[in-house]
Amino acid sequence: MGCVEARRCEVLLSAASFKECREFVREHCREHYEVEPGYQIFDVHIIGVPPIYIGVEGTDLIFPFTKPCHGTFLLRARDAGEEISRLRASGKSGKRR
Amino acid sequence: MREPEKEEHHEALHLLGCPEVPVQTSIALYLMYLLRERGIRSTVAGTKAARSLVDLADPERHYVSGIMDLDEYIGMLAEGRLDYGHSFVYIHNDAGVSYAATVSALTKGQAYAIVFGSHAEERAAEITFKCRVIAAKVTHNPMPLKIKIEKALEEELHGLR
Repeated sequence: MGCVEARRCEVLLSAASFKECREFVREHCREHYEVEPGYQIFDVHIIGVPPIYIGVEGTDLIFPFTKPCHGTFLLRARDAGEEISRLRASGKSGKRR
Repeated sequence: MREPEKEEHHEALHLLGCPEVPVQTSIALYLMYLLRERGIRSTVAGTKAARSLVDLADPERHYVSGIMDLDEYIGMLAEGRLDYGHSFVYIHNDAGVSYAATVSALTKGQAYAIVFGSHAEERAAEITFKCRVIAAKVTHNPMPLKIKIEKALEEELHGLR
């Protein structure tokens, strides 16, 4: 969690439901991929109800981040090239519109 | 993902989220007691506040065998380094449903959703993934949920008595 917090990610949705975050990625990110629960981004494992979508916009990564007391936040991490490459190569039901 | 070891079938994990609903800690400790009576040891993975409440309530570890950080548990489960025969996820909000879905997807054991709080029915309806749901709309009075848990354990674990 520390790495995500240290990156000072932009918060796109705050204290939302997981479903709201999923729909935001699906509707707003032309390039997005489906991952399994537990998929690791930086130093966090993604928590969520399948299908879980991770969005890509240029070198930005858009992903849900769940906190037990506050719900799910949709975060934008900038300059996430390595994570994006791993996401594209992971073969986890990648979807690209 | 590895299968739970034989002894892990006799171990349970209790995932405790934000303890803002009063019944959570009491119900969790009572369920740990029921499991202990069936020879099943319990470990708690939770938020700092949830862990603190359990730690204080069971200082001599009559019911709790181990306590760990929630993120640490999810990491080890996702990486296949840890699993339990029975995983109980305590749910009263949307985040709880997300955690239950994650545990259900990753564990090779049986996942259970213990659902409570003023929106228990809505939360329970969101659980469409593989998981045994035990739900009651309770916040302060644990008895309706206690009765449902006892009934569910009789059905699920009678072979371990």
